[in-house]
Formats: sequence, C-alpha cells, structure tokens
Amino acid sequence: MIEIKDLHKKFGRLQVLDGVSLQIADQGIFAILGPNGSGKTTLIKSILGMVIPQKGEIYVNGQPVKGQWEYRRQINYLPQIARFPENISVTELLQMIKNLRSQPANDAELIELFGLQGHLHKKLGNLSGGTKQKVNIVLAFMFDSPIFILDEPTTGLDPVSLLRLKDLLRKEKEAGKTILITTHIMDFVETMADEIVFLLEGNIYFKGTLDELKKKSNQQDLEHAIANILAENS
Amino acid sequence: MIKVLQYSFYDLIRSRWSYVYFLFYLVLGFALLFLNNSISKAVITLMNVIVVLTPMIGTIFGIMYYYSSREFTELLLAQPLRRRTIFLGQYLGVALSLTLSLVFGLGLPFAFYGLGQSAEMGNFALLLLSGAFLTFIFVALAFIIGLRNDNRIKGFSYAILIWLLLAVIYDGIFLISLIIFEDYPLDKFTLIATMFNPIDLSRILILLKLDISALLGYTGAIFQKFFGTQTGLFTSLGVLIVWTLVPVYFIVRLARKKDF
Ligand SMILES: Nc1ncnc2c1ncn2[C@@H]1O[C@H](COP(=O)(O)OP(=O)(O)OP(=O)(O)O)[C@@H](O)[C@H]1O
Ligand SMILES: [Mg+2]
Repeated sequence: MIEIKDLHKKFGRLQVLDGVSLQIADQGIFAILGPNGSGKTTLIKSILGMVIPQKGEIYVNGQPVKGQWEYRRQINYLPQIARFPENISVTELLQMIKNLRSQPANDAELIELFGLQGHLHKKLGNLSGGTKQKVNIVLAFMFDSPIFILDEPTTGLDPVSLLRLKDLLRKEKEAGKTILITTHIMDFVETMADEIVFLLEGNIYFKGTLDELKKKSNQQDLEHAIANILAENS
Repeated sequence: MIKVLQYSFYDLIRSRWSYVYFLFYLVLGFALLFLNNSISKAVITLMNVIVVLTPMIGTIFGIMYYYSSREFTELLLAQPLRRRTIFLGQYLGVALSLTLSLVFGLGLPFAFYGLGQSAEMGNFALLLLSGAFLTFIFVALAFIIGLRNDNRIKGFSYAILIWLLLAVIYDGIFLISLIIFEDYPLDKFTLIATMFNPIDLSRILILLKLDISALLGYTGAIFQKFFGTQTGLFTSLGVLIVWTLVPVYFIVRLARKKDF
C-alpha cells in the first residue's frame, strides 16, 4: 500500500503539489490523470525518492520513504521518457540492472513478447523511439515486485505492443500487484483502470471509479467528463 | 557502491579519452626523459606540468562525465541504491580511472628509464601522489558544479573558471598582494593563502621534498622556515586530504537534496 500525506512540492516559485493526500490500496490498476504539467510525474517521482518534497510524508507498505532506499526493491518503475546511456547495448543495460538488483528476472520472456531479439546487440542510442519504449517496459516488468509505477507506458507503442502491454498489466493485476499508471489515452483508462485519481492545480480534484467520475460530471464517456472538468475549472 | 564504481570505471576505461590521456602522459614522460636526459631534472619539469594539468583534466573530465552519465544516474536513482552510493561510485570511478592513466602513463617511461635504481624514486612517487590528490580534488569540485547546475553550458563555464582561478589567477593575486604589502610581515598570510589553494599546496609539497624550495620562490622558503621539511610534508599532505574530503562531503550533501 502507498500512503501519501499532505505532500507539498515547489520548483523554485512554481507550486506543483499543494497538499496532496492519497491512499492507494493493494491490488488494482490506479490511473493518475491530469493535464500536462499538473504534477503527475512529480508525484510519482516523489514516491520513488527522485524528487524531494518540501513537506509531507510518503509511506510504502507502512514504511516512511524519506531518506530510505531499500523500499525501492519493491517498486518497478517505468520513467516517462526512456533515457538510457547511449553507448551501451540493450543486453549490457539489462545485464547491468540485473546485476545491480541481484534479483531473479524474467527478461528473456519479455524480450520475446515484444520481439526485441533482433535489437539486443544494438546500442541504445540507435534504437527507434518505440523500441526504446519496449526496452523501458522490459526493464520495468522483469522483476517480480509488488508495486508497479508506470509513467505513460503507452507512449510510442504500436497497436500490437499495446495489446501485449495490456495483457501484461492484467496478468500482474491478477497476481495481486498494485499498479500506478499515468496516461493521456482515455481509452486505455476506460479498459484498464479500477480507480482514477485526477490531479488539478496541485491538488486531487477527484478520486474514485470511472462510473463515479462520469456521474459527477454528467457525461457518458471519460473524454468528455475530463473535458468538462477542465472547462469548469478554467 | 563497488558495482556503481565498476560500471563508471569500465565505461571510462573503454572510452577513447582515457587512452588519449594515458598516451599523452606516456609521450610526455618519454619526451621529458629524452630532453632532460636525467631523471631528477625530468621530475622537476614534470612537477610544473602536473600541478597545472591534472587539475585541468580532472575538472573538464569530471564535468563531462557528470553530464554525460545523467541517463545512467536517473536509471540508478530508481533502483534500490543509496544516493550516496550512486554519486560516490561515479565519482570514484572517474577519479580512479584518471589517476590510473596518470600513474601508468608516467610510470612506464620512468620505470623503463631505470627509476627503480635512481635516488629519485621517492620524489617521483610524491609527484604521482600529488597528481592523484589534485585529480581527486578537482573531479570532486567538478561534480559539485554539475550537481548545482543543470545547464551544461553554465556548468562547463564554472568548471573552467574554477580551474583558471586556482591554477592561474590565484597566484597572480597572491603575488600582487605580496608586492603591495611588502612592508608588512606576511609570513602567516603566505602560509594561509597557500593552504587555500590545493595547486599551490601540491607545488610546495613537491618542492619541499626536492629540497630546492629556497631556490624556487618565496612561498616555499617561508614554508621551509616554518615547518622544516618533515613537518611541512605531513602538514601539506593533511591539508590535501582535507581538500579532498570537504568537496566529497558536499557531493553527498548536494546529491541528497537534488530533484531528478
Ligand atoms: N526538476 C524540475 N525543475 C523545475 N521544474 C520542474 C521540474 N520537474 C517538473 N517541473 C515542473 O513541474 C510541473 C509539473 O511537472 P510534471 O512533470 O509533474 O507534470 P505532468 O503532470 O507529469 O505532465 P505531463 O502530462 O506533461 O507528463 C511542470 O510545470 C514542470 O515544468
Ligand atoms: Mg509526466
């Protein structure tokens, strides 16, 4: 379980998170939504300890994360922008992360699932955007961790890979994992998410199920519901 | 930390620049020995090169590596690793690989020339030791600059500036102030001013050991008078250690608070 209490984060004068409190239960897919720049990535990075908040507490499975590092063993993270050292190959990268984590990994299976066999010895700098994203996915899914944090995992994927990703997510969810996802693809949210967290202007504007959101905004589909929220608040 | 260090180290060892640096010292070593035709003379010339060059290479390499390993760093930050581990590992990887290039690049030609049998062995070792210290100090300063500046252009400018300041400008200001205040007793001032610049300090350290300090400038003479060679050696070594540890402490501190 992830628990966030009264989280504040400022970058310079820009207040990005302004007292966010949030509880994410075990098991299920939780979609974090919000317009560009609303602080989704900032929130996620705070959970990972990559961004240091000015105020507030974060607990992962009951343990405060401030200044800690071991808890990251329980988290699989997919960053929004796949940035890798450019001059090493895909295999070297996977090998390196496996060596650093010293945990069993099922990368072989994932490589096959996403058809990466032919790219293993290419330098990461020479991969196409979508292929990089697939490597990103392999990295994020190869360890058996209870928590997944995925920052726009669908970016750049072709339809086939997108289906594979959805299958993977369902499988992990069934295995009891907690999955946190940000995305701008509403279709993806409608088919996958159990719960929605909507960030707006540094706060949580809405938290609940898809149906609750539709009801709250009096709209039939999610896209319109969100458009409605944004129109009302601008 | 060892694993992070290993990756940074191998990454650098495999890179072209380590070889360039290594070959540069190799050529320099052979050239100096050939031109001076004596190990002791070559050591003196080498000192002047080392105290200026190792800081420069350390700073530029350090800042270059810091920025170019940004992706690697971000990848590591999401792993179950301490921030300290990540940054100290990278720092040691850079500093060690540079130091090895220095030690082997210069060591080989001198060993080849019969250093083992000569009386200069101790002096030469001290020379390499100060080169190593300067490398560790300036790579650490470069990392601090990198941690404080996400803008690479700014970072590079500051890095070059700090090298210029300590290697060139500091001495200039120092000399000018000695001339302006020549009527005052400046012994203490001289000593303290030297302590605040690791480049000057290394120079003094080597000169004291070579025992020609009295011939080579005011600062050295003062130092010898105050400390005598033995104490001076240990004092300067001690200060160099402080000069290494303080920036390293700041790396850890800055890394702890930074957003990625
Ligand atoms: N390291 C940083 N330094 C300064 N400002 C930052 C930093 N990281 C994020 N910001 C700012 O914080 C705000 C929120 O950014 P964040 O990346 O969290 O948004 P997001 O909700 O993930 O947006 P998107 O949907 O575009 O991914 C933005 O205005 C961004 O410019
Ligand atoms: Mg984002």
